[in-house]
Amino acid sequence: MGEIKEAMELEYEIVPNDFDSAGEASSNLKRILKQLGINSKIVRKIAVASYEAEINVIIHSLGGNMNVIISAEKIEVKFKDNGPGIDDIDLAMTEGFSTATDDVREMGFGAGMGLPNIKRCTDDLKIFSSKEGTILEMIFNM
Amino acid sequence: MNQYFHSVVLDEEKCMGCTNCMQKCPMEAIRVKNRKAIIDKERCIDCGECIKVCPYHAQKSVTDDIDIISDFKYKVALMPITVFGQFEDNTRIDKIFEATKKLGFDFVYDEAVFADIASIMIKNLLKKQKIEGPVISSHCPAVIRLIQSQFPDLIENLLNIESTVEIAGRLIRRELKEKYQCTDDDIGIIYISPCTARVTSIKRPLGIHYSALNGAVSFKKIYGDIVRNLKSSNNYGSYRKGNLKGTRWAFIGGQSEAIDIDKYVAVDGIFNVVDVLEAVEMGKLDNIKYIEASACIGGCVGGPLNIENPYIAISRFKHMELLNHGNLKYNYYEIDKLLRSGFMHWDKEIVPTEILTLDTNIVEAMKKLEKIEKILKKLPGLDCGSCGAPSCRSFAEDIAKGRAKIEDCKFI
Repeated sequence: MGEIKEAMELEYEIVPNDFDSAGEASSNLKRILKQLGINSKIVRKIAVASYEAEINVIIHSLGGNMNVIISAEKIEVKFKDNGPGIDDIDLAMTEGFSTATDDVREMGFGAGMGLPNIKRCTDDLKIFSSKEGTILEMIFNM
Repeated sequence: MNQYFHSVVLDEEKCMGCTNCMQKCPMEAIRVKNRKAIIDKERCIDCGECIKVCPYHAQKSVTDDIDIISDFKYKVALMPITVFGQFEDNTRIDKIFEATKKLGFDFVYDEAVFADIASIMIKNLLKKQKIEGPVISSHCPAVIRLIQSQFPDLIENLLNIESTVEIAGRLIRRELKEKYQCTDDDIGIIYISPCTARVTSIKRPLGIHYSALNGAVSFKKIYGDIVRNLKSSNNYGSYRKGNLKGTRWAFIGGQSEAIDIDKYVAVDGIFNVVDVLEAVEMGKLDNIKYIEASACIGGCVGGPLNIENPYIAISRFKHMELLNHGNLKYNYYEIDKLLRSGFMHWDKEIVPTEILTLDTNIVEAMKKLEKIEKILKKLPGLDCGSCGAPSCRSFAEDIAKGRAKIEDCKFI
């Protein structure tokens, strides 16, 4: 008798440059994780990583979405956007490096710690990027 | 003490079922059924918001009567830091203490003294300890309970030092036992409380097995007695009073100033505290060293058992005359020794209540969550409260848990 694999999928749209709703997708995800009784240390890591990624999509992209698959073994969080892409992924992963505009920095964002923070929180991180858009795939093991 | 002791309770006779309290509860712990409010004891954190907002005074606090210490040999009153702001401008604080003593106490102590001591300890501890992310003040019992229920991952950020009230209780006992060669059973200490959550923290503490205090009397209940005693006599003794910095713990921001820390956030009002704690979880406050969080707006002066408007009280603190606070020189070495001995630490783990979790089994929890989302789609999204739940989402949860029927919604 095979194992019954139960999984839950969530999807949230992220609007570019919309600071009214900034953080709502990751907040909603956090609330759901708490309702599911996920270990609080894991919840914290997912909260930090998804918040950073969501803000990146809002600040740097033309819009995108957050897709989450939750199962008993792991949680996969995928961020996908519509461009303009990351020129140099390695450079982007360097602490302190930021391409944020002055307006954005004035709001307190753009410190250049987003991607390094995300990497620190995830068990596995894959980044794919081209001019058409960027995909961030994060895995958190239970 | 009863596992579910709460200091906030409902007087059913006065309750009109108006839903004001239900909408104001930060834990969504209140439901209105058959025109009566019901508080869910598992969710309630005793913050007293419902008490403040109830127009019919049906939400009340359970507190002790002063005579619970009538059998003790040494009867002690611990006066709250907020007390100075409760009386007419620059009423001599020694007179207030004397007027309280006349209610049947042998000794009257000022909580502000212990706020001075706590300030020194916290300042030292913050220098030594390396906690990741901001340290969260453990002074407000409602905030600790909020974290225990809604932000369990932040329990480890809580400052592991007891509150000023417990510090006071322990040091007062030590002092009296030495001076009078007596035992703990001889000493009865009551806190004159401006705060419902503090009453709960004395009767059903977190982080320690039992409180150093014997009980808590509502300041509001004895205010009239104190005023009458103030008017009836002009004699008063001289009491040991906290320094200016200690007295300022009474309002929001005062604690952070007293511990002399750069990079802090001082937040008041339970919903604002929720917002700040959400931000901590997101990693937005990693550069902040200390968070002073108070469930009540204005800080402790905003507690539900106070008499005075919090802003008026704050202005009195800001214009305090010299003779109303102390100028004590504290022995920093002794205090540091006390800190390092663990005398002020918690000795019991704070366990999350898991009140938000739908089921301990993740697969079952996912099924329940999907059920909730399905129900939610059928609801109008008005958050009107007519069903007796504070929001459509909480109503959907109640239905999924079998505590409500979808027919209770007036708009379907």
